Amino acid sequence: MSAKVQSIPGLGAPADTEWETVVGLEVHAELATETKLFSASPNRFGGEPNTHIDPVSLGLPGSLPVLNEKAVELAIRVGLALNCRIQPSVFARKNYFYPDMPKDFQISQYDQPINVDGWLELPSGKRIGIERAHLEEDTGKTIHIGGGGRIHEAGYSLVDYNRAGVPLIEIVGHPELRSATEARQYVAELRSILVAVKASDGKMEEGSLRVDCNVSVRPVGSDRLGTRCEIKNVNSLRSLGRAIEYESRRQIELLTGGQAIEQQTRHWNEDDGRTHALRSKEEDYDYRYFPEPDLLPLDPSLEWVEQIRQDLPSLPRDRRLRLAEVAPSTDADHIALAVERSMDELALSAIDRGGVPERVMTHIVHNLADGSGKLAAEALAELVEMEEAGELTATQAKKVLALLVESGGSPQEAAQELGFEAMETGELESMVDGLIAQHPDEWSRFCEGDNKLTGFFVGQVMKATQGRADGKAVTQVLQSRKG
Amino acid sequence: MTAVEIASAVRSGQKSARSAVEEYLEAIVQGDADIHAFNLVTAEQARIRADEIDAQVAAGNDPGPLAGVPVALKDNLCTRGVATTCSSRILEGWEPPYSATVVERLSEAGAVMVGKTNMDEFAMGSSTENSAFGPTRNPCDPSRVPGGSSGGSAAAVASGFAPFALGSDTGGSIRQPAALCGVVGVKPTYGLVSRYGLVAFASSLDQIGPFASTVTDAAAVLDVISGPDPQDSTSIGETQPSVSESLAEGVDGLRVGVLGELSGNGIAPDVAARLRAAVDALESAGARVAQASVPSAVYGLSAYYLIAPAEASSNLARYDGVRYGLRVDGASTPDMNTATRSAGFGDEVKRRIMIGTYALSAGYYDAYYGKAQKVRTLIINDFASVWEQFDLLVSPTSPTTAFSVGERTADPMAMYMSDVCTVPVNLTGQAAMSVPYGVGDDGLPVGVQILAPALGEPVMFRAAAVLEASR
Repeated sequence: MSAKVQSIPGLGAPADTEWETVVGLEVHAELATETKLFSASPNRFGGEPNTHIDPVSLGLPGSLPVLNEKAVELAIRVGLALNCRIQPSVFARKNYFYPDMPKDFQISQYDQPINVDGWLELPSGKRIGIERAHLEEDTGKTIHIGGGGRIHEAGYSLVDYNRAGVPLIEIVGHPELRSATEARQYVAELRSILVAVKASDGKMEEGSLRVDCNVSVRPVGSDRLGTRCEIKNVNSLRSLGRAIEYESRRQIELLTGGQAIEQQTRHWNEDDGRTHALRSKEEDYDYRYFPEPDLLPLDPSLEWVEQIRQDLPSLPRDRRLRLAEVAPSTDADHIALAVERSMDELALSAIDRGGVPERVMTHIVHNLADGSGKLAAEALAELVEMEEAGELTATQAKKVLALLVESGGSPQEAAQELGFEAMETGELESMVDGLIAQHPDEWSRFCEGDNKLTGFFVGQVMKATQGRADGKAVTQVLQSRKG
Repeated sequence: MTAVEIASAVRSGQKSARSAVEEYLEAIVQGDADIHAFNLVTAEQARIRADEIDAQVAAGNDPGPLAGVPVALKDNLCTRGVATTCSSRILEGWEPPYSATVVERLSEAGAVMVGKTNMDEFAMGSSTENSAFGPTRNPCDPSRVPGGSSGGSAAAVASGFAPFALGSDTGGSIRQPAALCGVVGVKPTYGLVSRYGLVAFASSLDQIGPFASTVTDAAAVLDVISGPDPQDSTSIGETQPSVSESLAEGVDGLRVGVLGELSGNGIAPDVAARLRAAVDALESAGARVAQASVPSAVYGLSAYYLIAPAEASSNLARYDGVRYGLRVDGASTPDMNTATRSAGFGDEVKRRIMIGTYALSAGYYDAYYGKAQKVRTLIINDFASVWEQFDLLVSPTSPTTAFSVGERTADPMAMYMSDVCTVPVNLTGQAAMSVPYGVGDDGLPVGVQILAPALGEPVMFRAAAVLEASR
């Protein structure tokens, strides 16, 4: 291929330009309220179609919305956690026709959202600006029957309005992310914040966290934003990364091939790993926003906001810092994982009770992926002490831990129940002496320095004790006998 | 008998609710074929309900302040299990699964629904000619319109088909037909009466209110239907004083202004003459009368015909054929939406949806909807300064007496002018009512409009009672 330098139309950039990906994310999170944003129907995932409904969430003629106070509180929590300014806000109608939207308009917030001007810090320390985080209602779900579920080939469609009216917070970030990795980190961090402040369960797979991403590219060093495309249907962190990488490659190829980027909304297809054009900017809806006349302006009192601020649980970033302080030799990833699993309190408490940080963190990261169940911090600390004292082997400790998770109680009791009584040193010594007598050849080779035979003797002891013995202790006895 | 008299007789056991209901049902059977006040007469349900009320009385219980009183409901008020059409094909056959708050309150007070009344489709009109089910006639002269949009409710009361009725008033839709049919009609302060279950036309302007043949009846009904409702976020949170209790307190010493902008240009001489007579009556009852001016009121109609259609374009989007009412099939969902709406809506509704959609469109919002909202604020401010000098204002309710059927249907602007006196009050949210005050040169009723500041209903009703007594 010729490496001839040509300028790229509209950019004036040479063809060997290095490109930078620019990403801005709009994240929709369902708020974890008992009821819908404007009515008393339950806000619950699943259920038989059209059972969590009422005149308001169906938008029946004559029905009127009444704002859910809890949803406002959760939105303020999110705003505070994202360092936003909480301001008086106004609900607005976003008008467009779609069968899963019962009123054919969505009640949202437009020019006066509840939360503005915040930021989120990535694990790297880089801060990403948050433009706004506003309240709005969710739509129902349309199911296309026939034609493989695609709208154009479907024979007919059914609509389930259970989700219609579920409260959402839409968090709009500035286009300050520079790679797929950063975008994934941003969403992961945002999700842990939402979960930490108990505003949302953050489950992407159930659709309670949904991400639309705006992707553009530009030559490294440029301070102008390129033409962006908005990508929809990104349903996991993995797809998010793939979609951004695909889309930025696609745009770079177009630009280097001399073509311009058209501003579009594109659909991510998980199966073929590509984005596909949905509509161009010209085909975009004119939403005809205007203030929702059925609702009063929302003006939360300073006292209320202050109260919510004081009651705010500590945030993932602070929790990571605290944990890293007491477990300084643990990987940052593992610290983050402990916080994400909400097991940092358990770890801190176990370490505080004397548990060796490295051992505590090993259990949290590797052995508690399915949750800590009935495991108490004190029990975890004791378990770690027993391991440290050589009373339990690593394999035994893992089994004891599983039992503690399942049934609670103390590790001593659990070990006893599992038959893991620590071996007396005398018992171990006589067992090793017996083995030496039974395997004189191996013993003499070991004494001549063939360290591979350590494994042989340890294995024999383990076999005889059904894993009760501590490998390290066996090695020590072997060394002492070698004289 | 008036509504209050019927209730009193039923509560004391002198008259059965059943007999009251039968009398009115008989009047409907005799007269409604010529008038067409009703879209639906609920005779059987009314009889069952009347019998229940009589059983309550027999058991020694009080069925409430409107015990056994028949009521006609405008067909945009949701009634559980009873068709609610808004006089539109698009809602034909729809039976709401719930009742409007006002319907519940009337029922708890012992009132008995006898039917749903005809209206301009979705309350858009001033003559009840925009009904998909045919026009309503003016009981005073069937060649004339009853006004609108609540023409069916006004005609029902004027014809003696019901002692009282409910309507809705977005730009004059209670007051103007009340004036044209010669009955009392009240547009309460915005938020005094819950809108829950009123099929929306323009949410920031709509308000439910009563029609009655006497001021006392209208007051009794308003006392029953008003009050806070947690299901309507715009409902006023505090319970207001009873209107009935202060009804007889007169107008001595009240400062009454004659609203110049709504009483001069374009007002027919015979209507103006009746207003002067009303002013004289108030003055001789002790009111201090002077000229009042709200300069921006003349822009009310222009602002109204942008704001109301804008809100309507959004409120009426839900009639898309997906969930209820009419569905006309199409090749795709958008085609089905279009086919349904094309077939289901009448011309006036389509006209207003288009005007409203345009007024909210990108690039036009500021020039139309935005500007209209500024005018609205201006009118509110102008009225606020007038209320520093006056307790009440008066004007004609309608520039003319009832016009002929068909006279203005071809000219929307002429039809819109019917609302010139009434729309400013909807823009400001204030209270107003129309009281019949004699007849014009053609022998048809003339109404006088009394305007009060927000929550000024008690004082407004005192003046209405004085006018009624001086007729």
